[in-house]
Amino acid sequence: MQLKVNLGGNRPIYKQIIDQVRQAVSSGELPVGASLPSVRQLAEELVINHNTVARAYAELVREGTLESQHGRGVFVAKRRSVFSATERKRRFQHALDVFLADVSVLGYSADQIQAEVAAKLESFAATE
Amino acid sequence: MLDRTPAVRTRGLTRFFGDKAVLQGLTLDVPVGEVSALIGHNGAGKTTLIRLLLGMLEPTRGSCELLGCDSQSLSPETRGRIGYLAEGHFLWWWMRAKDAARFQRETFPSWDQQMFDSILRFFGVSPNDRVRHVSRGQRAGIALAMTLATDPELLVLDDPSMGLDPVARRALVEGLLAFARRDGRTILICTHLLDDVERLADRVAVISGGQLVVNASMDSFRERVVGWRIDRAISSGLQGIPGLIDSRQIGDRTHVVIADPDDETAAAIDRLGGEAIQEELSLEDSILAFLRPATMIGSLSHALEGK
Repeated sequence: MQLKVNLGGNRPIYKQIIDQVRQAVSSGELPVGASLPSVRQLAEELVINHNTVARAYAELVREGTLESQHGRGVFVAKRRSVFSATERKRRFQHALDVFLADVSVLGYSADQIQAEVAAKLESFAATE
Repeated sequence: MLDRTPAVRTRGLTRFFGDKAVLQGLTLDVPVGEVSALIGHNGAGKTTLIRLLLGMLEPTRGSCELLGCDSQSLSPETRGRIGYLAEGHFLWWWMRAKDAARFQRETFPSWDQQMFDSILRFFGVSPNDRVRHVSRGQRAGIALAMTLATDPELLVLDDPSMGLDPVARRALVEGLLAFARRDGRTILICTHLLDDVERLADRVAVISGGQLVVNASMDSFRERVVGWRIDRAISSGLQGIPGLIDSRQIGDRTHVVIADPDDETAAAIDRLGGEAIQEELSLEDSILAFLRPATMIGSLSHALEGK
């Protein structure tokens, strides 16, 4: 996986890293157990402050996307729920709201959106 | 870690030139081990602040210290732990790069010749090159090497990217990031280049009109400064929005920037009428909001101070 950051955009760099790692994990591009570059390695590649990378990794570890194995590095974690049922639901609803707000301006009908989501889910299932 | 003495500490720091206050009541801590960026207009008082910090100027009121020592009485030992890169990369023009190294080596006991050599190589300078014959970017490289090879704990840089081409600028940023990765090293950098700030900084401080209007970690600054777009031209009543920092009308829309919005903010925007949408702001937009209208800033300064 090649992470990229855009400077000058509306999204802070550490959030861009979080977004891209989550995306790569959920699409299967980064399978369970895959290792991520060290904080130092990624900071050097992206030419950004190492604390920014460390913050992004810490957040990904906290939410259970990654796990840190002492002395060995950071890896994609087995999927497990680290959130309470309410928090899990809240996060899901929030992601849904963002998604619908984004696609509603594109002029797709509800049926078309449902069909696209179903097709995407199938391709996700296929990679797992 | 938490009770570590800040690398830079100012308390009510005030400096007048004649009857003009260039800095007014500046209270700022720069934590050890982080990169803090200082941003402001030309003439906002950044260089005056640096000169005060290094003891090259006396405060009219208030105080400042570096590495726990009062700036007015920095011992040679403490000075040896501070690296300062002045605006314009001042070097003696007749020197060769290796003479510059010899000059520093005699002043700083912790001189690291290997680091000096490797930074020169990185910028494509050979030890025998004369300062007056190399490019501006390479001069910046020599100045950076002279500063970093003294192995400072605290690095103070005044507009180090000024006049550099993109390649030299990137090299400078890489050099500073490598320095910052080492344990317990602190950087205070004045710059106008917000892309560099985004790459480098853990904290941002904004000075306007001699006062500190922002002093926050980069994350909390980005999170706490929020934009709203109102689909209506609004000429009056904006001042009533709690936390308002800046507003601009573009065509028949009004853009407002707000610090720490709460329910009250949303209600106030609702009362104005028109469709209102919250929008994420770039670092540049957020900082410009603080720098633009000198008249509206003062009363909001405390809103973003602290963590």
